[in-house]
Amino acid sequence: MGELMIGLYVFVLATLTGREVITKVPPTLHTPLMSGANAISGIAIVGALVVAGRAEGALQTGLGIAAIAMAMINVVGGFMVTDRMLGMFRKR
Amino acid sequence: MNLEHPLIEVAYLLSAILFVVGLKRLQSPATARGGNALASLAMLVAIVATIVDAEILSWNGILVGVALGSLIGGVAAKRVQMTEMPQLVGIFNGFGGGASALVAIAEFVGNPAVGAGSTGVTIMLGTLIGAVTFTGSFIAFAKLQGLMTGNPITFPGQNAFNAFVFLGVLALGATAMGIGGLAVAPLTLFWAFLGAALVLGVLIVIPIGGADMPVVISLLNSYSGLAASAAGFVIGNMVLIISGALVGAAGLILTMLMCKGMNRSLANVAFGGFGGEVAGVDRSQIGKRPVRRADAEAVAAELGYVNSVVVVPGYGLAVAQAQHELRKVGDMLEDRGVDVKYAIHPVAGRMPGHMNVLLAEADVSYDKLFDLDEINDDFSNTDAVLIVGANDVVNPAARDPASIIAGMPILDVDRARRVIVMKRSLSPGFAGIDNDLFYLDNTLMFFGDAKESMSDLVREVRELA
Repeated sequence: MGELMIGLYVFVLATLTGREVITKVPPTLHTPLMSGANAISGIAIVGALVVAGRAEGALQTGLGIAAIAMAMINVVGGFMVTDRMLGMFRKR
Repeated sequence: MNLEHPLIEVAYLLSAILFVVGLKRLQSPATARGGNALASLAMLVAIVATIVDAEILSWNGILVGVALGSLIGGVAAKRVQMTEMPQLVGIFNGFGGGASALVAIAEFVGNPAVGAGSTGVTIMLGTLIGAVTFTGSFIAFAKLQGLMTGNPITFPGQNAFNAFVFLGVLALGATAMGIGGLAVAPLTLFWAFLGAALVLGVLIVIPIGGADMPVVISLLNSYSGLAASAAGFVIGNMVLIISGALVGAAGLILTMLMCKGMNRSLANVAFGGFGGEVAGVDRSQIGKRPVRRADAEAVAAELGYVNSVVVVPGYGLAVAQAQHELRKVGDMLEDRGVDVKYAIHPVAGRMPGHMNVLLAEADVSYDKLFDLDEINDDFSNTDAVLIVGANDVVNPAARDPASIIAGMPILDVDRARRVIVMKRSLSPGFAGIDNDLFYLDNTLMFFGDAKESMSDLVREVRELA
């Protein structure tokens, strides 16, 4: 089995897992869910590091660094703002 | 996958597990904060594994990128007002999509002769989805931030034009992979493909109006995940594929919930140009019929001497930033022995859960917030409903099959004994139609800015015997 097929299996199964887990998130937490998911989409940082680490030439290096900066905005900003919001959800 | 260094793959696997477990903990407000911490730990594990594995030659640029991104993200997260969360999430979606697109773009730049194999196709997909997410999110941000009109921007032949651009994007992508054998350098075609994809992102979002933003934000959230997955296929990294798929699923589920909350299909939201000046709706009579007015003193008396009050917040609450005053009113009513609940419509505000976050910020206990299905049967046993800056979500016209909002799930507030509507004027909501609720015998209109009105109400409730 080629790497593409393995990737497709993983993608489909992860989507189904995500559906099962996320359907049960209550509406009151939908905004933190979204900003948390946002932070997770910052996983592109992994790709950005790989690309920047092996970049050849100024263009590729520039693209890699820009990708790192954008992904880190998501990672740091996303997790921090989600934490800030969830800290406000209190039961009295 | 890197089979020479199995430990790296084990670290990525651990990261994927932590992401899933972290998301699972979002199923309850009690465990959600820990879940978010687990997800950020998952990210840290993935980043460390990548750095160990990637044999990075030059650190300077990377450190600059990391420092710059962390600083911008951190400051934004600290400074943002809860009322501005939709914009923030909107623009973060854009950065996520942009980062994934850049990864795919860099791969193409490194190997323009990639051809039309699986690598070529995944590069094109990653670039396309990421680029559309990037510009689409910036338009959504601009609309929510008020940098451009929140109304739909439409022109004749729009859908046909968008379809033409989309086909153009596909054609450019195919030729950039060498299909058709044109005598133009692949990289040149690729830049044209990227440019057209960026334009497509703008075109997709401009016809969508303000109150449909919950759908757009959710959908772009889903795209940002799919873009990350595509980037994962490009560089052959499973943790990217898995995390991207999780985000894609989350965004898609929220998109569907938001569409259901308006009883509209995704196609209708995306292509309908709904909202603003709607053709075929008679607006001449809006605001002309007599209403019963009440001032803060009268409203305080209506709320302070009853057993049960349900508050219905809408986007107007966020605009006026009146959530703290609202909570004060709620607290004082509770001290008087009134049972106070909050009814949250799925599409109240500009993103899923927007109202819940505002009320949480104002320190309203989350077990007092109820969604539509939980509370709709209670309205007939409710003494008074206080509507703050909401309109279409409480419009009984949704029960009329002839209305343009026919079939939209609404909060059945008109079944309560008394309805008090706090609003600036009788102007229509996003759907552009009049609201019969305002003219009912049991409705009182409490006109004014939500924050000032709420401050007046705080004072008047305090004065009650």
